[in-house]
Amino acid sequence: MPMKEPMIESPLARLTPEQIEEIGREFDAIHDEVFNSLGERDARYIRSIIALHRQLALLSRAILLGSRYKPAWLLGTSVLGIAKILENMEIGHNVMHGQWDWMNDPKINSANWDWDSASTPEAWKHSHNYVHHTFTNIRGKDIDLGYEIMRIDPHQPWHPVYLAQPFYNVLLAAFFEWGVAFHDLDLEALKKGEKSKEQLLKELKGMGGKAWRQILKDYIAFPLLSGPGGFKQTLTANFTANLIRNFWAYAIIFCGHFPDQCYTFSQEETENETRGGFYVRQLLGAANIEGSPVFHVMAGNLGYQVEHHIFPDMPSSRYAQIAPKVKDICERYGLPYNSGRLGKQFGTVQRTILRLAFPGGEPRPKPGAYRPEDAPVQGRPLIAV
Amino acid sequence: MPESGAPVKMSPLVAGALKVLEKFTSPLSPDDYFALINPLWSTRETLGRIDRVHRETDDSTTVYITPGFRWGGHRPGQYLRVGFDIDGKRHWRAYSLSSDQDRPDHKLTLTVKRKDDGVVSPWVNDPRNLGSLVVLGAVEGEFVLPEPPPGKILFVTAGSGITPVMAMLQALDRTDALPDVVHVHSSRTGDDSIFGAEIDALHERPNGYRLVRRITSTEGRAEPAHLDELCPDWRERQTYACGPGALLDALTDHFRAEGLEDRLHVESFEHFVMGSGTGEGGEVTLSATGTQVTCDGTTPILVAAEAAGAELPFGCRMGICHTCTGLLEHGTVRDLRTGETTQAGKEIRTCVNSPDGPVTLKL
Repeated sequence: MPMKEPMIESPLARLTPEQIEEIGREFDAIHDEVFNSLGERDARYIRSIIALHRQLALLSRAILLGSRYKPAWLLGTSVLGIAKILENMEIGHNVMHGQWDWMNDPKINSANWDWDSASTPEAWKHSHNYVHHTFTNIRGKDIDLGYEIMRIDPHQPWHPVYLAQPFYNVLLAAFFEWGVAFHDLDLEALKKGEKSKEQLLKELKGMGGKAWRQILKDYIAFPLLSGPGGFKQTLTANFTANLIRNFWAYAIIFCGHFPDQCYTFSQEETENETRGGFYVRQLLGAANIEGSPVFHVMAGNLGYQVEHHIFPDMPSSRYAQIAPKVKDICERYGLPYNSGRLGKQFGTVQRTILRLAFPGGEPRPKPGAYRPEDAPVQGRPLIAV
Repeated sequence: MPESGAPVKMSPLVAGALKVLEKFTSPLSPDDYFALINPLWSTRETLGRIDRVHRETDDSTTVYITPGFRWGGHRPGQYLRVGFDIDGKRHWRAYSLSSDQDRPDHKLTLTVKRKDDGVVSPWVNDPRNLGSLVVLGAVEGEFVLPEPPPGKILFVTAGSGITPVMAMLQALDRTDALPDVVHVHSSRTGDDSIFGAEIDALHERPNGYRLVRRITSTEGRAEPAHLDELCPDWRERQTYACGPGALLDALTDHFRAEGLEDRLHVESFEHFVMGSGTGEGGEVTLSATGTQVTCDGTTPILVAAEAAGAELPFGCRMGICHTCTGLLEHGTVRDLRTGETTQAGKEIRTCVNSPDGPVTLKL
């Protein structure tokens, strides 16, 4: 990427090294307070959500045995969609982040978990937990910035292929699960010589195995169970449930880093970054989505994307609890707290995707320092731990 | 990866059926759905449920555990690793089983003395935990009677060291095969000793069992030198001893001095204490390759291992992403950020931990 003058002044540049150090200490204190209080209630929460997913999955598969009847098709598809969303968002993503590793339960552990998705846990944990969460929004290092196929930041040089991005954007949303799996292969690393052909072959084999199991389950095994009269209907029901899950995951994830409010960073800006600097970059590079407690569970608590990016391994159910403390830090240090309703965030993301399909473009105006009087009243968290 | 319970051995037919079901449940296992009906049907790791709690003394409790599906059994005198979920966290401990394998109700019993500064023993001693699920690990231990049992036996036990011997006595009694047994048992007082009533009752009945009780609060500790007086024919017997390390060391020396070490079989509580390293830094053994690395107390294991040429998984190198985790098999590590220590049996992140004494990592 060519060197350019910064297009917009980052709040990071306004802070003194001492302030950044102090912010680091304050965030560490929030982290320790939560981790010292993890216990029975937290364990019960994740076990309940996991049980809920399994009950919903069983229920929906049972209903879809009668998928030849329209109402059963509709109900079964909806329940399966909800189950799949829970499984990917609040359970899979968060368990594989190691958020529940403190329980020391091998059945709910990042080292063992596999999810209902085409990505293998190994590939996803590398590209997401390590690359994306470590180099968040650093241009040229965070390959989630546009997922290597989109121009989502005006700093990215334009290319005629981006003219098509409004179209393949919709395709990506529909087949997000497969897009993520392909993205996890990190072909960029292969080009740069950071990844060997053997490694890629191994990963392709792993992905192939997972893809086959996904297809076998949703498009062969369960349709067969519905009998000759229901094969096609169960197949379309499962396909639709996967579409629902994919669209939802796409929406939540794109709203995490690409709304207008978020900052991106050059590699020079983040050289010799301290722990405090890391926290501030995460804070500036992520955006929250406001919503009801049920919304947050369905979003895997990624409505608290800011809190998640500051503490990726903190149990998701605690993000609501620490949000006021994060806002307080923002207020005292004059930092923004990026947040908005789903419709607003999603709208700004789509506008950027459209605008940056064409040459040029500038960073959108930023909201400035967080002021509590501007913030909407937040709902009570679903569980007050 | 954290420690798991023992996998259940399945017949090839059932295993095959589960493989087919897995096509439907992938990436979960059929187990995960069966657990919604009854968690004890788990096949991936053996579970048990605490179905009865019996207070033995003021500070010890016997818990009766109904083991899950196809429990493999054990030999009297062996111990079992058990995982307890306490305050949301799983803690593993090894306890001698105080039950024999032929109990008509097929329950396992653990008898646990409460240590107030402990985590697991106060929990086990709390009757509110009736009905809780526990994870059952592997049955281990060589402290068992041969088959058939020797004709003349001497048991030497002290305090809660009686638990494995109780299992042996029950098994011998159940088959009416109680041979010539002398049992020297030490306890602090007469009334509050674990299984005191049971061994007294056994002693009262006409059989080959003779009990010699020693009350240490008034008579002092039993020393090996007292054996000539307490059990004059001890040299002719196979001796099985369980108790504190000092007692076992003294017995071992005594038997060795007489050239009778092959007649002594001991079980020490200290087996059950996992890792007690207190020093700073230490030797790191990577069990996958057998590589050994010296690491001081201020360097992360990951850094020391890489400096020595080992290739370990790593990610953020700052304790966030959990890419570098490995199972700590032996020893203790210290978190360089918090100063907190982690004991063997848990997953640790090599990028933020340094050894506290010699450690072995499954990496």
